[in-house]
Amino acid sequence: MSLWNRQILAIMRIDLAKTFFARRGLWIYLLALAPAVPMFLHGLFDHKADLQGDFGQDVQIFAGIFQFFFLRIAIFFGCVGIFMNLFRGEMVDKSLHYYLLGPVRREVLVIGKFLSGLVAAVSIFCGAVVVQWACMFWHQSGELMRSYMFSGPGGSHLMSYVVAAALGCLGYGSVFLAAGVLFRNPLVPAAVILVWEGANGILPALLKKISVIYWLKSICPISIPAPKNAGNGIFNLLIFDIDPAPANVAMVNLILLAGFVVVWAAMRARRIEIGYGTE
Amino acid sequence: MSAHIVLENISKFYGEVLGVNKVSLSIPPGITSLVGPNGSGKTTLMNLMAGLLQPTRGRLSVCGLSPDDPEKYFRVVGYATQYDGFPRGLTGWQFVHSYLRLFGFMPANTERLAWEAIDRVALRDAAPRKIAGYSKGMRQRIKLAQAIAHRPRVLVLDEPLNGLDPLARAETIALFKELGREGSHVLISSHILHEVDLISDQVVMMSQGYVVAEGQIRGVRGEISEQPMQVLIRCDKPEHLASQLFQHSQVVEAKVHADRAGLLVRTHHAESFYKLLNHIALNGVQIESVAPADDDAQSIYEYLIGAEETTK
Repeated sequence: MSLWNRQILAIMRIDLAKTFFARRGLWIYLLALAPAVPMFLHGLFDHKADLQGDFGQDVQIFAGIFQFFFLRIAIFFGCVGIFMNLFRGEMVDKSLHYYLLGPVRREVLVIGKFLSGLVAAVSIFCGAVVVQWACMFWHQSGELMRSYMFSGPGGSHLMSYVVAAALGCLGYGSVFLAAGVLFRNPLVPAAVILVWEGANGILPALLKKISVIYWLKSICPISIPAPKNAGNGIFNLLIFDIDPAPANVAMVNLILLAGFVVVWAAMRARRIEIGYGTE
Repeated sequence: MSAHIVLENISKFYGEVLGVNKVSLSIPPGITSLVGPNGSGKTTLMNLMAGLLQPTRGRLSVCGLSPDDPEKYFRVVGYATQYDGFPRGLTGWQFVHSYLRLFGFMPANTERLAWEAIDRVALRDAAPRKIAGYSKGMRQRIKLAQAIAHRPRVLVLDEPLNGLDPLARAETIALFKELGREGSHVLISSHILHEVDLISDQVVMMSQGYVVAEGQIRGVRGEISEQPMQVLIRCDKPEHLASQLFQHSQVVEAKVHADRAGLLVRTHHAESFYKLLNHIALNGVQIESVAPADDDAQSIYEYLIGAEETTK
């Protein structure tokens, strides 16, 4: 194994333990699993009341929660918590210098830290998608679910959600890693990115593409219908894309976007200096 | 390949604020102490040597290597900072072992080197415990273990004796001396000047971002010509000796020692004074010993930096 690979593995071992088992990261698990609770209760009460309802409606509810809460809120803020801490959190702890004093190129350090954040985020959020899926559909009959998953579109839908969650972690992770490298107070860029991503629906077509949510929406397998009383207002702008990208193009573009941002962050990391403010 | 630490006209500014300015040094192997008041630029200079800061101007190399080549540079340099920060949740062993893995050694070697370093700072029993539960002295020692674990030829230590109890202090100083004897560079910053005397082969004195003196302590003292040399003469008749010395222009001041068994003399011309003393000794004064009284770090610090501090 080459030196760089061994160093990346060493960095990942240190950082993964910190990300997965840190008490201060508990809120990320809670955020990822938050939708599972109402989904489970929905099944529990509707099942008890013999109101299994429309299976198609459950599919729509899942799609709505995934697009509006999971992608835009849970993964977004989860990645803020995981990736911004990779550098900035260690500046606060005054422990980043231990990495910088190793015989490690800064570029290798950035890649190692990014991969450890990505493994943690993908494990948490893709795992949460599967848990939510189980909580949403557990009350449906086994025969219906087998048919939906293996003969119908269920399997590919679940896969698309998992891929969208993973690419969400990749996209937002790269952006917030870069913010952690570049900014002393990364909450300001996080707020700016939140506004930018939220306003994606009303941006001109070209600017829309400079965002993560645009590509993620293109990967989601189901379009959500607008609520009946929503009219033609701003809500529709959040839901519909006039020119959605094909899913495979969206995936490639997100990977390219993330790659570009990580390379840029790696180059900027060469200039990181330790100034914990004790001078 | 040069065995020296070489700084060529190094300056570091934090925006408008001066860190260090126009520092040029060539530090040979051995123990070198960096001395100066708070804010004099010691930590900035050490951070520059350890590659944690980049100079605004100038060039720096350690054993012919530049911090721009971290894969080689940090195999040669080890740094224990003054920052009392540690990654959360790690035990002493995990701390030393985890960061040693960055060097890419084989797993068995990594483990052996980690234990070797922990043993050198006498923390084997505490190594399985979390660092969060360590005392200040133990945290200092585990930082030192982490800095020496990869056996660097250049060891930079920022206030390494802070927080150590007297026994640990003595053991740590012995470790520095051992490393110095092995041919390593050991660069230490310290406020405790009598320890600087005890351990240093050479000294670098800093004030307000500038190097004000460097070299062996005795040599540095010799260069401070505006301050008369102080000599302590142990003899049987100090008052009589004083009266004889006052007849000669080389002597600026003579003061009977508090124990009345010696005389403190200040002179601008040490060489001619010693010749004069030989002459007087033949005239009935029993001289037991003659020794310089102000060629220690404390005195040099007061002459060079203390004056600046008091005039501020």
